[in-house]
Amino acid sequence: MLEVHNLRKSFGSLEVLRGIDLTVNKGDVVAVLGSSGSGKTTLLRCLNFLETSDAGVMTFDGEQFQMERMSKKDIARLRAKTAFVFQDYNLFLNKTALQNVTEGLIVARKMPKEEAVALGRRMLAKVGLSDREAHSPSQLSGGQQQLVAIARAMATDPEIIYFDEPTSALDPELTGEVLSVMRDLAEEGRTMLVVTHEMGFARHVSNQVIFMEHGEVVESGDSKNFFEHPQQERTRAFLRNIYQAGTPAD
Amino acid sequence: MISERLVEIILDSFWQILLPGLAVTIPLTAVSFFFAMIIAVITAMVQFARVPVLRHIARFYIWVARGTPLLVQLFVVFYGLPDLGIILEPIPAAIIVFSLNEGAYCAETVRASLEAVPHGQMEAGRCVGMSYLQVMGRIVLPQAMRIAFPSLSNSLIAMVKDTSLASNITVTEMFMETQRIASRYAEFLPLYIEVGLIYLLFCTVLTKVQRIVEKRLGTYGRQGG
Repeated sequence: MLEVHNLRKSFGSLEVLRGIDLTVNKGDVVAVLGSSGSGKTTLLRCLNFLETSDAGVMTFDGEQFQMERMSKKDIARLRAKTAFVFQDYNLFLNKTALQNVTEGLIVARKMPKEEAVALGRRMLAKVGLSDREAHSPSQLSGGQQQLVAIARAMATDPEIIYFDEPTSALDPELTGEVLSVMRDLAEEGRTMLVVTHEMGFARHVSNQVIFMEHGEVVESGDSKNFFEHPQQERTRAFLRNIYQAGTPAD
Repeated sequence: MISERLVEIILDSFWQILLPGLAVTIPLTAVSFFFAMIIAVITAMVQFARVPVLRHIARFYIWVARGTPLLVQLFVVFYGLPDLGIILEPIPAAIIVFSLNEGAYCAETVRASLEAVPHGQMEAGRCVGMSYLQVMGRIVLPQAMRIAFPSLSNSLIAMVKDTSLASNITVTEMFMETQRIASRYAEFLPLYIEVGLIYLLFCTVLTKVQRIVEKRLGTYGRQGG
């Protein structure tokens, strides 16, 4: 469904992505792992054109795009098929929880208001926040804000949802509900590309893993194999570090 | 010290001063500020969005409007432009000058406020499929205007007083009327203090309104973890 070939991106003289290849099939839940500074977040931002890539070919639904010179129209068309969940939520601060979910539907997709509100309420119910629909973001906890952000992402029924470290800004006790909602989404068969530090999620929820270091994909493949039989020495070192740091995979 | 005559002059003149205050000073301020806001938002957005050419014109306009005295601007437009065949009535001339002058200051306030809105707001808006202008108009600008509100109120209050300069281009506003009354009675201190107090009254009302509106608007607040 989504295929990227030779994606490159530099900030000044700093090469952040050095030719990334990746494939996401429909229904895949792909975890992107790697230490800080490995380029994971930049990869995700390039995929949704929040950053302009220096090179790269994207194939989305069989249609091919040259990533360094996208027209505004193509970006808009691709974004209509995707959704993005940010590390720091980025809920619209001047809107209520429900409006956060319906805003894109009403304004960008021209959905009639009643229809959008009904859909928005269904999405909030799905993340367990029906009783918070009139709250503004500042009245919600970080975890609740992230759940609203996920409801907002689901509302457009995207073909793929990009998650950029969705639990990294949360207190540990709040990550649980966000991860369990993401697990529900995975079980529904949603296609997801998740940059994460949550090894439990990567191991048990995702079916594919991409491990990055210094802007390159070191190892990728089936997540069970990745954790049980890592092929590359650098992967083994990474996994060893994680376990020593005290975040076991289950 | 205060004779009966003086009390009478002060009381009589109160309405004579207040009337042009209500009929000229306030409308002049309101209309000029309205146009100033439009100019400010457009000028700020052009810079924020880095629109080529226009942003340089915006910088030039702000540079000139902030760098020259308001009184000089009034004189150039009212007494100077007729040399080029552009003859304006006093009140339109005052509105043009006040709008352009205030617009430049407020444009800086609005631009700074736009930059204070977290960048993620725009990104999130684009990601749910809204166009740049849609996100601007519905998400970023409303938040920026909330941030700008106290400073813009400041500017409005300053403008109420600045309209007294229009007396120099023959606009019969509150201060001009006071000058006339003062010279008629040859009583200066009490009348100038009186007009000062009326300006103070206007500004006090605006300050109160600002407080109430600010409270009602609330703040979006910085989110916790």
